[in-house]
Amino acid sequence: MEGEIVVKTKRVEQGTLLILLVIALIFPLLSERYMLSVGISILIMALLGQSWNIMSGYAGQFSFGHAAFFGLGAYTSSILYIDFNISPWVGMIAGMCVAALVGVLIGFLSFRYKLRGDFFALVTLAFAEILRVLFNNTKALKGATGILIPYKDAWKEFQFANDRIFYFIILGMVILATLFIGVMSRRKFGIFLIAIKENQEAAGSLGVPVLQYKLVAMAISAAIAAMAGTFYAQYYGFIDPTVVFVSSISVEAIVPCIIGGAGTLGGPLLGALVIIPLQELSNNLFEGINGMNMIIYGVLIVLFVVFCRDGIYGTVIRRLKGARS
Amino acid sequence: MSIQVLQSLLDGILMGGVYALAALGLSLIFGVLKITNFAHGAMMTVGMYVVYALASGLGFNAYLALPFAMILMFVIGFLIQRFPIHYIEHAPAHNQLLLTLGMAYILENVLLVIFTPNYKTLTVDGFEKALRIGNLTVAPAKLVAFAVVVFVTGCIYFILYRTHTGNSIRASAQNDTGAKLMGINVRNIRAIAFGLGAVCTGIAGGLLTPIMSIYPTLGESFQLKCFVIAVLGGMGNLWGALLSGLLIGVIESLSSYYLGGSWSEMLIYGIFILILFVRPTGLFGRGNRREN
Repeated sequence: MEGEIVVKTKRVEQGTLLILLVIALIFPLLSERYMLSVGISILIMALLGQSWNIMSGYAGQFSFGHAAFFGLGAYTSSILYIDFNISPWVGMIAGMCVAALVGVLIGFLSFRYKLRGDFFALVTLAFAEILRVLFNNTKALKGATGILIPYKDAWKEFQFANDRIFYFIILGMVILATLFIGVMSRRKFGIFLIAIKENQEAAGSLGVPVLQYKLVAMAISAAIAAMAGTFYAQYYGFIDPTVVFVSSISVEAIVPCIIGGAGTLGGPLLGALVIIPLQELSNNLFEGINGMNMIIYGVLIVLFVVFCRDGIYGTVIRRLKGARS
Repeated sequence: MSIQVLQSLLDGILMGGVYALAALGLSLIFGVLKITNFAHGAMMTVGMYVVYALASGLGFNAYLALPFAMILMFVIGFLIQRFPIHYIEHAPAHNQLLLTLGMAYILENVLLVIFTPNYKTLTVDGFEKALRIGNLTVAPAKLVAFAVVVFVTGCIYFILYRTHTGNSIRASAQNDTGAKLMGINVRNIRAIAFGLGAVCTGIAGGLLTPIMSIYPTLGESFQLKCFVIAVLGGMGNLWGALLSGLLIGVIESLSSYYLGGSWSEMLIYGIFILILFVRPTGLFGRGNRREN
């Protein structure tokens, strides 16, 4: 009986992901430039969401500073490209390493001093703010003027005249991240992370190397956020500290998980797929009224936290599992 | 000590008073409801615009508008606690954080829709000219702000320590099950505490309206500062919040003078991180540190 339910949930999970994948593959073939840019926004948010999902959804360490990793990724690749003429593809890898290192540093200090819950969130927020101020005021890091990426249409330069190529690149990144989490969650690593989230003392007493696993989760999470950062810089062609290091980026990593379901494989994807179109819709609907779309955003967050804490995807999965009793 | 140092010391203390009042609200809310309120900056902005609207729309003197702003902020705070804060009081920390963040978006953007994103300035008749005390100059608006801070803080302390409601608030902060067993209506008390917190924050915001140009996201820049102060003083420790508010005000203005504005900002965040790591119960101890 129990096995049946597990199989059923698994089938629903795989089915949803398959449908999402098919939609994502057909979508760019049917859409114009504007729709394509909406698609890319959705995928950037989904990637950020998956990044946050590993560290906070699975491992339960609530980050409010993913902008730090996103910004480090964007800045590392862009500075290497502008000042040293290193291909952004290489820069992306470098950025992922830098972000992972910083993530491990923040994590090590925080866990060493046993920070949890809201205090951990505050520390990550403070680190992101420090980076914002630092980049804003350091000449060597281009200061407040930011970086304009010169446009050259070539694979080596990570620049394309055709937005469809950008679309498929970010789609590839999202698929990779999702596959990674999917495989991870079925193996020891993922199960240990969930154990840490549920009760880290108990997990530790059963021999789970808590600190080590949390740090690895942070490093992976930070690296994925940095990847999204590099993509952002290359696609939009401009970054400055008030764009990539602000808390709204950190929020963009959290919200798709909350709407879709944190700690689930498809949650962040579904969340991004709901939020971005809704925002575009409200932008068009209330054209000329600044702020209406953000009010809707806020109302959505409040409603989901109060009435649908597991998110869309999480609620469906829980219902399926709830059939047990 | 040179004049400039004295001058920035004075400015620091005066601004620190306003920070202290805002952080007092945050600490009070944390103490009673155990909620890290990310809508705090937005509530501060609401206070700013309430004073602005009363003064420029209805022709009130900005300082006479303050009592009305107090009442309004209390009602707003009370209602926010009733819905939606009430529903997530026992939820995990990150849900509370997100909910208050959502509230912040709503409040800020309602202000944006009503007042547009343009900067608004308010001048109060008779308060424009800077006063000179010896070699020091001081804006009268800042002096008044400090005096109001002292007065409002006094009122809050009177309510908390000399009234029945205040005793109930402190009892609920210490042990809400115990308070419930003693026949205290904890649900109401929490709403009142949130209302009082909103009053502190809103008034702190309202006092800034005559001092600086306001815009709907201005409160955000004070939010993290409020967290720094509240944590430094010990979350839930009200005296601590006041003292460290003054301390942060002084540190901010002195370090701006010596190091420049942006380094001063980094210094404050650095202090924050250090305190969170080394002494999360705050400088003055007794801070509640929630376990979950």
